[in-house]
Amino acid sequence: MLIAITFYLLAFTAIAAAFMVVAARNPVHSVMFLILTFFAAAGLFILMGAEFIALLLVMVYVGAVAVLFLFVVMMLDVDFVELKQGFLSYLPAGLIVAFIILAEMIMVGAAYFSGASKTVVPTDPETSNLERFGEVLYTDYAGAFEAAGLVLLVAMIGAIVLTLRERKGVRTQNAMDQIARTREEGVELVDVEPGQGLG
Amino acid sequence: MLIGLHHYLIVAAILFTIGVFGIFVNRKNVIIILMCVELILLAVNINFVAFSTHMEPVAGADPIAGQIFALFILTVAAAEAAVGLAILVVYFRNRGNIAVEDIDLMKG
Repeated sequence: MLIAITFYLLAFTAIAAAFMVVAARNPVHSVMFLILTFFAAAGLFILMGAEFIALLLVMVYVGAVAVLFLFVVMMLDVDFVELKQGFLSYLPAGLIVAFIILAEMIMVGAAYFSGASKTVVPTDPETSNLERFGEVLYTDYAGAFEAAGLVLLVAMIGAIVLTLRERKGVRTQNAMDQIARTREEGVELVDVEPGQGLG
Repeated sequence: MLIGLHHYLIVAAILFTIGVFGIFVNRKNVIIILMCVELILLAVNINFVAFSTHMEPVAGADPIAGQIFALFILTVAAAEAAVGLAILVVYFRNRGNIAVEDIDLMKG
């Protein structure tokens, strides 16, 4: 019973917050509701017994992606109210597409659950979720794991290359020139006569 | 009342639908569209984890693989958000606007 109450609470929070992401007038509010959606989804994952993915979701999304979104939303000087215009004119098309997709998914699900009568029970592992996760991830999916690291590296370099800009007419250090300097170019030893200076 | 697999699948289906709906409704704002893509990927993740935790163990197939795929989706989603937002920042620098309708430089 408690699990059912928790499930419905989290599910309704997730759905309501997801709807507010779409409907909010201010993009900053949208990002905040996105964070709430991910928190509720993390709760659902914990309810299912997938603690590691739940915590990963909170760390990656709330800790990194949502902050990134917030950063960009606040940094761009855009009139978001103007961007919101046309919301009502696109509403009918959006509702039709949403209704079709939801109906299709419900039909597929209904067909699946009416045809197959096998009961689905949650697995009850004797080892912890994280232990089983690691055992499979670092053996069967080691190659894919490395590839995921590569994807992140490429994304990081790509984001840096895209946003890096070199401005003209700004005084900056030339690191290569500085590194290439030798002692002979930089230091000059002078024997100064007393009372004369260097002239 | 027992919460089964189909409860989670319905939540995921509704989240997915909201994501697609949001893309159609907020056609002018790229940032909201990117957030809707994240919502869709979250719905997919919920499906993966639900099937993973409710699967009956079969010889030769560990159900935890579903959660590992959720991890990979998370990785790709983070990379996509980073590159997408970087492109958005560069575009804003060049054009001073992010309205989707004005993104027609390539006459596509």
